[in-house]
Amino acid sequence: MTSKSERRFDVLVVGAGPAGLAAATSATRAGARTAIVDAGVAPGGQYWRHPAPSEHGVSAAEVAHLHHDLATYHRLVAGLPAVAQFFQHHVWTVTRDRRGFVVHLVDRTGGGEQAVELHSRRLVLAPGAYDRQIPFRGWDLPGVMTAGGVQALLKGHGVVAGQRVLVAGTGPFLLPVAAGLAESGARVVGVHEAASPPAWLSELGAVIRNVGKLGEGAGYARVLARHRIPVRARSVVVSAHGTDAVERVTTMRLDHQGRVVPGTERTVAVDVLAVGWGFTPQLELPLALGCATRVDVDGSLVCEVDDEQRSSVEGVFVAGEACGVGGAALATVEGQIAGAVAAGASSVAPRLRRSRAALRRFAQAMHRSHPVPPGWVDRLSDDTTVCRCEEVPFGALRSMQQDLVGHDGRSAKMLTRVGMGYCQARTCGYAVSCILGQEPSGTSGFAERPVSSPLTLGALATSCPTENDPPPAE
Amino acid sequence: MSQPHFSFDGSQIPFRPGQSVGAALTAVGVRSWRSTRGAGRPRGLFCGIGVCFDCLIVVDGRPNERACLRLAEPGMEVSTQEGTGHGDLEV
Ligand SMILES: Cc1cc2nc3c(=O)[nH]c(=O)nc-3n(C[C@H](O)[C@@H](O)[C@H](O)COP(=O)(O)OP(=O)(O)OC[C@H]3O[C@@H](n4cnc5c(N)ncnc54)[C@H](O)[C@@H]3O)c2cc1C
Ligand code: FES
Repeated sequence: MTSKSERRFDVLVVGAGPAGLAAATSATRAGARTAIVDAGVAPGGQYWRHPAPSEHGVSAAEVAHLHHDLATYHRLVAGLPAVAQFFQHHVWTVTRDRRGFVVHLVDRTGGGEQAVELHSRRLVLAPGAYDRQIPFRGWDLPGVMTAGGVQALLKGHGVVAGQRVLVAGTGPFLLPVAAGLAESGARVVGVHEAASPPAWLSELGAVIRNVGKLGEGAGYARVLARHRIPVRARSVVVSAHGTDAVERVTTMRLDHQGRVVPGTERTVAVDVLAVGWGFTPQLELPLALGCATRVDVDGSLVCEVDDEQRSSVEGVFVAGEACGVGGAALATVEGQIAGAVAAGASSVAPRLRRSRAALRRFAQAMHRSHPVPPGWVDRLSDDTTVCRCEEVPFGALRSMQQDLVGHDGRSAKMLTRVGMGYCQARTCGYAVSCILGQEPSGTSGFAERPVSSPLTLGALATSCPTENDPPPAE
Repeated sequence: MSQPHFSFDGSQIPFRPGQSVGAALTAVGVRSWRSTRGAGRPRGLFCGIGVCFDCLIVVDGRPNERACLRLAEPGMEVSTQEGTGHGDLEV
């Protein structure tokens, strides 16, 4: 265990994805005593996901071809030796003391759980996001996975999720997932994108200002063409079939309003369905600290930040997907700004501001052209699982709605146990808000969680009380 | 160097260091390793990153480990999780 003085920092960064890595390296460069914490085994987050370092194991070189912009990654990681690093450490909550913040961690480096506290004057929160999901018939069958999960298996573990994979949902992220699978030997039977191509064209202005991004997309398109993977626009998966695992999926065409066109069902054999509808930012820590939020263009609840990535709470900065889903390049720029300002830099380089503005425009264009098409609620049957943890079917929510007036997220939880399981509504929260007819992921009580991860009472018991800490020497 | 293994419900599962238990099982075609508390339905990996808690599994007698996060180690004893994983404690 590190000594008390080694646990006090000027800037503590939560998350070592593109945003957090950039924040930590720019904070140290600006002279701050900096720490970085991540629950994962290695730096990189979801974008530069790397296998756990080991001898004779899956090597970083093996997965390098799946990665983009590794030059930036290597540049950022080169700055890490000057930063105190806490990998396999999960932040479960943050409290305050007289001088700033107390960050409560569970150290899982030894396989068990050990409580640790770190102190910092300022925080940069860069916790990223997870795949947004909407329920459909059969989505609880093994073999139906999130697009990000399929990607994580591949990049982080060198494992191809299945032999015959259909990729579906919406958003530019479906392309790298399909391309990665195909390049790794899976047969990708199709990419089914719910959005329509003309929507893209109308957003072309923002796209053109991001030539780099466009180049990345064109690269994936070439891979898909080389493997003869059919890409279908305005197409959705309406059900997955199988006994103990997915065996087939049925897709349907969407009309211009995003409603399914009757008679267009097609059923195809698969062993994995990779599905994603964009991302949901991980907001437990900012919400626990009281940071102000807003609903973004994609319907996600995100943190409100100013031009220098400051949240509404003094001393707390937020960067990356948590203040608006926008991809790794945007996360990196926001992290650079947040880290420098948190370390006391007096101004932000105009170059960084410009590139953040362009990348945000691009992200918003992507969101506008990739909405979750309406009508998915109408396709649920009474026995379709909505909450996977508590096995709550759609019928239970529907009959609750019929019996009650003034229903909200809280009464839905109490009456049906929806969102009350281990995942604390991370998976179904968006869908349940929509079903209840509320602002997606709004203030329905589905985003706030008292602890950001379940932990054992044993780990809590080893937690040392902060009151006994000696006052720090200045 | 011979490849390390862990046991899963009595069979030997090979893995490469750095892989999670869930990744190693997926690599040999095992898709599910849990039955739900209510309907007893099979579940396996869903989010792949520790968010959904669908992939719960018993590792060395300890239930509710997330197979997508828990790194495989040689000689580990892994088994299917039924319901809460607390077997006889259930009433
Ligand atoms: C599963 C998945 C796979 C993805 N793969 C790709 C891809 O291949 N290509 C692509 O372009 N985009 C991908 N994305 C999109 C992704 O969001 C990127 O845009 C990018 O990684 C965002 O960067 P970030 O720094 O904001 O967050 P992230 O990269 O998500 O990093 C956040 C980090 O914070 C850590 N963290 C969060 N909460 C805590 C806590 N309480 N305690 C400790 N650590 C914590 C996480 O472990 C994580 O490493 C993926 C997203 C997901 C969910
Ligand atoms: S697959 Fe979601 S927590 Fe493991």
